[in-house]
Amino acid sequence: MAKPKVATASLAGCFGCHMSILDIDERILKLAELVEFHKSPINDIKKFSERCLVGLIEGGCANDENVHVLQDFRKNCDVLISLGDCATMGGLPAMRNHVPLEECLAEAYLNGPTVHNPTKQIPNDPEIPLLLNKVYPLHEVVKIDLHLPGCPPPADAIWEVLVALLNNKPIDLKYGLLRYD
Amino acid sequence: MSDFTFTIDGVEVPAKRGQTILEAADAAGIYIPRLCWAKDLAPGGHCRVCTVLVNGRPQSACTHPAGPGMVVDHDTAELRAWRKNIVEMLFVEGNHYCMFCEKSGNCELQALGYRMGMTTPKYPYMFPQRTVDATHPDVMVDHNRCIACGRCVRASRDLDGKNVFQFVQRGHHVRVAVNADGGLGRTNLSAADQAAQLCPVGAILIKRVGYAVPVGRRLYDVKPIGSEIEAKRAPAPSGK
Amino acid sequence: MVKEVAARYGKDRTRMMDIVRDVQARFGHISGAAMDIIAREVNSHRVEVEGVVTFYAFYSEKPNGRHVIRITDCVTARMRHAEEVVEAFEKELGIKVGGTTPDGQITLEMTSCIGLCDQGPAALIDDVPVTYITPDKVKGLLRHLRESGDATTLVKTLGEGNNALDLVHSMVINNIRKRGDVIFASLEAGASIKNAIAISPNEVIRSVKTARLRGRGGAGFPAGMKWEFARNAAGKRKILVCNADEGEPGTFKDRVILTEVPGLLFEGMTVAGYAIGAAEGLLYLRGEYAYLKPYLDHLLEQRRAKKLLGKSVAGKSGFDFDIRVQLGAGAYVCGEESALIRSCEGLRGSPRDRPPFPVEKGYLDLPTVVNNVETLCCAARVLEKGAGWFAQIGSEQSSGTKLFSVSGDCRRPGVYELPFGMTLTEFLREVGGDDAQAVQVGGPSGTCVDRGQFGRKLGFEDLPTGGSMIVIGPQRDILAVASAFMEFFVEESCGWCAPCRIGNVLIQERLERIRAGKGLPEDLMYLEDLCTTVKKTSRCGLGQTSPNPVATTLQNFRKAYEAKLLSAREDGRQPTFDLRAALSEAVRVQGREPVAH
Ligand SMILES: Cc1cc2nc3c(=O)[nH]c(=O)nc-3n(C[C@H](O)[C@H](O)[C@H](O)COP(=O)(O)O)c2cc1C
Ligand code: SF4
Ligand code: SF4
Ligand code: SF4
Ligand code: FES
Repeated sequence: MAKPKVATASLAGCFGCHMSILDIDERILKLAELVEFHKSPINDIKKFSERCLVGLIEGGCANDENVHVLQDFRKNCDVLISLGDCATMGGLPAMRNHVPLEECLAEAYLNGPTVHNPTKQIPNDPEIPLLLNKVYPLHEVVKIDLHLPGCPPPADAIWEVLVALLNNKPIDLKYGLLRYD
Repeated sequence: MSDFTFTIDGVEVPAKRGQTILEAADAAGIYIPRLCWAKDLAPGGHCRVCTVLVNGRPQSACTHPAGPGMVVDHDTAELRAWRKNIVEMLFVEGNHYCMFCEKSGNCELQALGYRMGMTTPKYPYMFPQRTVDATHPDVMVDHNRCIACGRCVRASRDLDGKNVFQFVQRGHHVRVAVNADGGLGRTNLSAADQAAQLCPVGAILIKRVGYAVPVGRRLYDVKPIGSEIEAKRAPAPSGK
Repeated sequence: MVKEVAARYGKDRTRMMDIVRDVQARFGHISGAAMDIIAREVNSHRVEVEGVVTFYAFYSEKPNGRHVIRITDCVTARMRHAEEVVEAFEKELGIKVGGTTPDGQITLEMTSCIGLCDQGPAALIDDVPVTYITPDKVKGLLRHLRESGDATTLVKTLGEGNNALDLVHSMVINNIRKRGDVIFASLEAGASIKNAIAISPNEVIRSVKTARLRGRGGAGFPAGMKWEFARNAAGKRKILVCNADEGEPGTFKDRVILTEVPGLLFEGMTVAGYAIGAAEGLLYLRGEYAYLKPYLDHLLEQRRAKKLLGKSVAGKSGFDFDIRVQLGAGAYVCGEESALIRSCEGLRGSPRDRPPFPVEKGYLDLPTVVNNVETLCCAARVLEKGAGWFAQIGSEQSSGTKLFSVSGDCRRPGVYELPFGMTLTEFLREVGGDDAQAVQVGGPSGTCVDRGQFGRKLGFEDLPTGGSMIVIGPQRDILAVASAFMEFFVEESCGWCAPCRIGNVLIQERLERIRAGKGLPEDLMYLEDLCTTVKKTSRCGLGQTSPNPVATTLQNFRKAYEAKLLSAREDGRQPTFDLRAALSEAVRVQGREPVAH
C-alpha cells in the first residue's frame, strides 16, 4: 500500500515552524518510513499531483498568493492543520492589522528609520503579490481541521499530532506541548 | 476548626464563616479557575472565570460566601465550556502576541488557555487599537494585553493606598487609566508597589526584567496553573 | 468657579454627580483641569473623577457646543424613520453625529431610549424634550435655537395635564389611554400616610405583604419582604431609594406617574420610609427627565410646608423623613439597583456582586430599600384602600394593576393601566395592534413573543414585564429589530465583567454577519452557545438578559435566521472570506489588479 502523503507550506511565516518539523531529531527517519512528503519546501515539489492525507501550513494569509496556495491545499488535503501562531492567529505579521495598509507601505518603504530608498518608490511589479487589507488567520479563509499553536509549536507536539492522525487515534497533547510562545 | 461544611461536586468541604466558596475550595485542594482574584485583594468579580453553580444558580466563586449545606457544582462539562468561552473572549478582546511577551510562561491568562486546552479562540480577533505607556522610569503599561481584571485598581487603592489606577469609559471601551495627565510617569507609583506586581498578564511590567527565567523553568511551563492548589488535596477516599 | 460648585455641595464626594453636572452646565464640559480641582476639593482622585465623567453619556471631557442635541436611537424611533431626522440634522448643521459645528454652537449626538417612544422621533435639546420631529421641522428648530439661544423657547405647544404647568413647560404628552383604580385614580394628599402612621411599621409591612404587592421594576420581588429585610437589618440608619431611572427601551410609564401623580409616589415613599425606619429618601431621576426636577422639587417643598415631610411627619413624633431628588446622567445600567446606589454615592454606575444585598449593605453601606416608582405608588394605595382591596385586583400571583408603556406598530400607543392576567391577544386588541407579528414583552431584555404564543398571559406567572410593550408589525424585519436591541446593550454594558463586555460585541458581530447574508449554518449554534455563556456568567441583570434579543428570536423566529444563511461550500473555502474586498485597499494604493490565477 502506498504511504500516506503529507504536504507543507509556509505562507506569511518565518519558516520557524518548518524548522520545528525537522526538529523531531531521529524520529524524522521514522516519519519518512510512515509518510511520504509531497508538495513541500522540504523537497521543493511545486504542484499537487496526488491527494494528500495531511497538509501542514505555517504562516497567516497576508497577500493574494497566500490565499491561492491555501485554497489549493484545502482542495488537495484531507486534513488541513494550521501550524503555529501566525497560522492560528496571524502572529507577528498581524501586528500590522492595527495600521491602515497605506501607512504600512509608507513606513516599510519610505519613512521607516532604517529605510534606504533613494527612488522613493514603493515596489509595485505585477509579479509581486498584492497585500490583503489585514493578515488573516487561516481558518478565516478556508475550513481548518486542526489548530496547533506555538511559535513555533514544539517538535514533539507536531510528532504526536502526526502519529495520532496516521493511526486514527484521538489527539491528546500532554501538558507543555500546547503553547502559544 | 471549621464552622460548617458544604459540598463541591459532591465532595464535602469544610468552611469558616465569612469564607468565600473559592477560598474554601482552595483550602480543600479544589482548584476553581480564576483571573481577577488575587490573595490579599478584595474580590472583584470581573472575569467570571470562577463561575460555579450554587444550588443550581450561577455565581462567581470568588465573591460568593460559602454557606452551610450549600450544593456547589464546579467541574461539569457545562461550566468548563462557559469558562473556556470567557478565556477565549479575553484573548480576542486584546492583542496577545505571546511569542514576544515578557510575561509568557508566567501569565495567568495564557496558563488558563493551556489548562483548558484552547488551541485557538473560536471567536474572531478584534485587533483593537491600544496604546503603551512607557513614561514611568521603572514600570510600563501595555494596554494591548490588559484584561480589565482590576487587580491594579484594587491593589493601588487598598494595599498601596495610592489610587494610581482606575477604570475609565464604559462597556467595551473600558480601560484602566492612571491618576495623572501625562501618563504613569507623572504618578507616584513605585515599582515595589503591589499595583505594579499583581497584574496577572503582561499589561503591567517592570522594566529591565525582560525574559529573566529561561523557557522550561517558568511558572507554568511544566505544571498547569492550579496544580499547587490541587497538590493540597487529601487523597481521595477509596472508591472515588 | 469649580470650587464654588464643590462648595455648593459641601465638598461632599458622594455628591459627585451633582458637582460634575453643574460644572458641565457651566463650562459645557469637564476639562482635565476641572477634574483636578474637583478631586482636590472633595478629597478624591483625579482618575476617579475621570472615571465618573467618562462613564455617563451626558458628561463629556471634551468641549461640547453651547447646545447639545441628543436624538434618540431607540428602536421605536427607528420604526418612525428617525434616521431621516438624523440626516436632516446632519445636513442642516453640516456635521456628522458626534460632531460640533465650527462656530461652537451645536453638538449633535445620538442617545439611547429617552422615554418618548410613543411620540417619537424625539430628541433632548439641552434638557428640553422635543417630540414628533420630522425632517421638515429640523430647519426651523435649529434657526429658532440659534436665535433664542434657549432651548426652552422651542416649546410651542404644551402637552396636556401637568406638562402644561409653568414649572414643567413641556411639549411632552402623557397619552394615558386607560386609567385603572390603583395608579391613575383620584388622590387625597396624606391619606395613606395617615393610615400608615396609625399602625406600627410592622403592621404596615404586613399589610403590603397581605396585598401580595410585587416589585414593578421587572424582577417582581415581593415588596413587603424587601421592607422587612431592611427593617430587621442591623443599624439604625436606613435608606429608601426610589428607582426612577426607567431606561429599558419602550418604557415611559414612570415618566407619566412623575408628571401626573407624583403626590402618590411621595406618599408611597413616605409610607415605605416609615415601614423600614428610614429618615432619608432618595428619588433617583434619570437624567433624561431632568426637565421634571424643578416641578418635583417644588412639590417636595410644598409637602414640607404641609408637614408631610420633615420632622415628625404628619404629626407622628419620632418619624422624620425627607426626600431628595438625585439626577442620573444617561446610563441604563444605573437602573440596576446596586449600580443605582453607586451612582447615588457619586461613583461609576457599576453593579455589585450579591450578597451582600442592598437591604443589608446599600447606600453608604447602610440597609437600603430600592423600589420602582410604580411599586411605591401601589404601596401608597394599599395603605389608603386596604390590602384586601388591592389583592382582589389582578391574578393570584400578580395582584393589582400594571402600567404598560405601549409603543411600536399599533394604532393607540401610550400608557395603559390594566389588571394583570390579560392575554397578548386581548392586549393587542386594546392597543390596536391586532396584525402584529410579534410583541417585545419587557423591552429588549425581555422576550420577543411570536403570534403562535399570543395566548400567553401578562403577569409574573407567565410573561413578566416592567411595562415595556413594543408591538412589532408584520412589515418589520425581526433581525433588524434584534440588531438594534443588541446595539443598545453593547452601548450600555458597564464593562465591569468580561462576558457582558466582550460577549455582546461578539453576538452583535455574528448577527450582523448573518444579516449581511454571510452567515453559515453553524453560526446559529455558535450564537446559542455565546448567548448562554453571557447569560449564565455575567455579573448583573444587564448581562444576564442582554443576549435575549438574539436568544429569544433564535427560538421563536428561527426561520428568519435560516432564510439568510449560506450553505457551507464543498471546496472548504469560507464563504465569509471575500478576496476582492480583502484586496480593495491594495488595489487602490498600488493602482493595479491582482494577477489572475
Ligand atoms: C440593567 C437593569 C436595569 C434596570 N432598570 C430599572 C429601572 O429603570 N427601573 C426600575 O425600577 N428597575 C430597574 N431594574 C430593576 C432593579 O434592579 C430593581 O430590581 C428594582 O428597582 C427593584 O424595585 P421593585 O422591586 O420595586 O421592582 C433594572 C435592572 C437591571 C438589571
Ligand atoms: S499577556 Fe499573557 S496571553 Fe497576553 S501576550 Fe502576554 S503571555 Fe500571551
Ligand atoms: S493592567 Fe493588569 S492588573 Fe490592571 S486591569 Fe489590566 S490586566 Fe488587570
Ligand atoms: S453584566 Fe454587564 S452591566 Fe452587569 S456588571 Fe457585567 S459588564 Fe456591567
Ligand atoms: S476570579 Fe471570580 S470573577 Fe474573576
